[in-house]
Amino acid sequence: MEKIELTGMRKSYGKEVAVRHLDLTIEPGAFLTILGPSGCGKTTTLRVIAGLEEPDTGIIQLGDKIVFSRDDGIIVPPEHRNLGLIFQSYALWPHMTVERNITLALKEQKLSASEIEQRLENALEMVQLDAYRYRYPSELSGGQQQRVAVARLIALRSRFLLMDEPLSNLDAKLRTEMRTELKHLHRDLEATTVYVTHDQIEALTLSDIVVVMNEGLVMQHGTPYDIYHHPSNLFVAEFIGDPRMNTFTGTPKNDGGQAMFECGDLSFAMPGDLQPKTGNLIATIRPENINVSKTEREGWLKVALESVQPTGASTILQACTEHISMTLLQPGFIQMDVGDFLWIDVDTSTVNFFDPDTEQNLKS
Amino acid sequence: MSFPQTELKKPPVFSGRNLYYHFYRIRTKPELILGVLCLSVLAVLVMVPLFEIIYDALTFQEYDKAYQKDGVVGEFTWLHLKRVFTGPLSNALFFKPLMNSLAIGAFVTFFGVSIGSGLAWLLVRTNIRFKGVFGSLVVIPYMMPSWVLALAWLSVFKNDRIGGSEGMFTYMFGIQPPDWMSYGFVPIVICLTMHYYAYGYLLMSGALATVDSELEEAGAICGMNRRQRLWRITLPLLMPALGSAVVLTFIRILGTFGTPALLGLPVRFFTFSTQIYASINARNSGDAYVLALVLIFMAITFIWINSRVIGIRKSFVTLTGKGFRQREIELGVWRWPATIGVAVFIVCIVILPMLILLWESLIITPGSYTLEGLTTHFWFGESDPNLAYGEPGVIHSTGIMTALWNTIQLGVSAAVLNGMFGLMIGYAAVRGRGTLLAKWLEGIAFAPYIFPSIALGAIYIGMFSTPFGPMPALYDTFAILVLITVVKNLPFTSRTGIAAMLQIDKSLEETARVQGIGWFRRMAKIIIPMSTSGLISGMLLTFITTMRELSLIILLLSPSNMVLSGLIFSYNEQDMSQHSGAVTLLLVVIIVSINFLVQFLSGGKGLSGLKNS
Repeated sequence: MEKIELTGMRKSYGKEVAVRHLDLTIEPGAFLTILGPSGCGKTTTLRVIAGLEEPDTGIIQLGDKIVFSRDDGIIVPPEHRNLGLIFQSYALWPHMTVERNITLALKEQKLSASEIEQRLENALEMVQLDAYRYRYPSELSGGQQQRVAVARLIALRSRFLLMDEPLSNLDAKLRTEMRTELKHLHRDLEATTVYVTHDQIEALTLSDIVVVMNEGLVMQHGTPYDIYHHPSNLFVAEFIGDPRMNTFTGTPKNDGGQAMFECGDLSFAMPGDLQPKTGNLIATIRPENINVSKTEREGWLKVALESVQPTGASTILQACTEHISMTLLQPGFIQMDVGDFLWIDVDTSTVNFFDPDTEQNLKS
Repeated sequence: MSFPQTELKKPPVFSGRNLYYHFYRIRTKPELILGVLCLSVLAVLVMVPLFEIIYDALTFQEYDKAYQKDGVVGEFTWLHLKRVFTGPLSNALFFKPLMNSLAIGAFVTFFGVSIGSGLAWLLVRTNIRFKGVFGSLVVIPYMMPSWVLALAWLSVFKNDRIGGSEGMFTYMFGIQPPDWMSYGFVPIVICLTMHYYAYGYLLMSGALATVDSELEEAGAICGMNRRQRLWRITLPLLMPALGSAVVLTFIRILGTFGTPALLGLPVRFFTFSTQIYASINARNSGDAYVLALVLIFMAITFIWINSRVIGIRKSFVTLTGKGFRQREIELGVWRWPATIGVAVFIVCIVILPMLILLWESLIITPGSYTLEGLTTHFWFGESDPNLAYGEPGVIHSTGIMTALWNTIQLGVSAAVLNGMFGLMIGYAAVRGRGTLLAKWLEGIAFAPYIFPSIALGAIYIGMFSTPFGPMPALYDTFAILVLITVVKNLPFTSRTGIAAMLQIDKSLEETARVQGIGWFRRMAKIIIPMSTSGLISGMLLTFITTMRELSLIILLLSPSNMVLSGLIFSYNEQDMSQHSGAVTLLLVVIIVSINFLVQFLSGGKGLSGLKNS
């Protein structure tokens, strides 16, 4: 198992800057996901690691070998980087059978026939496609094509796996299935893996480490737990989580020694050591961290229901007072009517506070 | 938010590290290497010749000593320009041929495009009968040499004006057809129109097939009547195709040589192309170059006007039919008359000329069209000193068999080389999309389009008659024919190459690359297998146009590299009409059958490639 390291990487296309600055270390054997909206530079980063794009500057290291360094005049082409890559489109060669798709690169490496045959069988078995060996890609379903691409990767036995939104062309059910398989694959192959996606569920479920990118910069780098619970800035807070994070802009008040956050008629206790430069603060609360009661309770805020969207296992509620509105997430299939009243209370331990100017988390 | 910004540090340009880096960088970009390679080859083959003839036209040449004894070879001179534009000969040398060419061009373009458009409309949009059969018969003139009709015309209308045998008309009616009917302007216009309508037909039928009937129906719903719909909706949509049909036909006619030579030279009726030929034959290459430059200048002007009026992007868009619903227009009582009309037209321009040439090849004495005198001597006979100066029949003539072999070799090698060139240009242009190199490459590959065939031939004589750089003098060789054919067909093949390459998603190659497969292996295993089907129609077209080509290579032909089309031309000059008829039939049969063979082998879409040219 070997690490991947990017230092001071920058990539632009003419005047358009795709990645402004990137320092990234991927530990040996880790599964790292780069997550971000389209155009954030995540695919560019992957292609730079693969060698398909040439960065303006920076150093890229695979294992202990430097594969790119502008300053030292080193540039190793993709064909000599020993990587495995899965594209969104799977990139199966349409004029070759499944078998040929998998063995082409092995044959080019001049491996022995028995070695090739063994790897081929092994790979087909792992993705359960033994029966489809002589089919052409056009004769396979989307999920099966995806598996051929995975089998090709398995047979190649590369030290590094790169995946560019490999699941985004599959339907929802198949996607969940393939997610599990990719996770298995990573464990079995023990390869250092970089996974690029705009789907936060994939990122949170698959990864050891998530890197959130936006406009060519890393917004946060951490475990899925950290990213979800302690977003280091407002962008990450709002980007991660579905339904969206509630954000409230309000002012801290001192109420008899207890610091309070106030926004309209909502007010709750906050840590006293958070002092903003200006008067205001932004507080973010996950929809599932607001407690809900159907009956009136002491000190809880009364809100009116605006919409009810049951999704089966849970229900998304939209509620408001005269001054503020919020999203709530409750387990179970809730049947209520618009206009009904609820009482809510904020779980203060889960609230994050942000400086409105720098948009940084005040705790970190 | 503040984040570290990477500073762009670059080592000094000429430091060893920087050069080392760029050396390796270029090695990782095969499209760059290929692009530079293609660009430099094209520059030599296209741009250098152009500068060469400009230079030759403006400097004093060895052969000019006949007119000006004190001239110094290589010195700047206005001599050629003066002689062509203002000298006492300029009327015969320049203005008359110019007027003839322009008039022929205008008439043929008008009639040809009108007939082609009308046929396209009938066969694409109406409920005329036998659409399929007509559709494939109507494009046969495209496969035939443009001067076949001229030969057939001469067989019928030749009169006693130039001596030698006389035509069928005289034989049957016993009177001489008037000169205007036998030679010169009128027959040239008729014969060219009957060939070039096919270009208009191919372009317009392609365009008509893409006009959605729903657009016209939408007009009807808005209250437009039939006439308004035609003028306001259909025609504007067809304008780009119509514009390119007009310009394309016009430029080709300016550069065409065979027909004006066969029907014009006997009566000293010159067009631009035959004048260039005559000047070169008279060893006045300087004059020929000036005329060739004028021709190129005119071609550029017409393309420029067309692109200004219609928009360059639209005018060269390849129009291919998409399968959406098209409502057939009911012809009503006109259905059968229209069907019969088209059938008669096809018989007149395809079958009749072939029959005439066949008959011509079977008669024993030129000019004597009796059924008793028929003989197969000119096909299968041994040499007989009493007949055709002792020239043996087709299958025994080494001259014809050599020319046939040369023609096939030329067609095959031009098609294969063009396919390879197209592939390489396509690869470099598509993979390098957005770079200046790719843009230049596409542009220069298009350049031969603007050189009328005869002018390009004149350029190549000038360029390759003496050793050029490491290249030996290519005049009289087979190689120069291959070279000029490949270059002339480049605009089309590079477009097919680009189209074929655009269909191959970049990720298919990148996957192979990441898997450690090197560039040559990627080309062999992925790019070439995937693009051949797209290149086949381009190669077939090159093959057909090469087999029947005359205008382009007439100036470069000599006994040592003779091809069939040139041989037919010289047989005709020697009044050996049986031989010219027989060889023409042979050529047409070979072209048509190879076309259908390739069409059959490649799954039946051979001719669809023609719609783009």
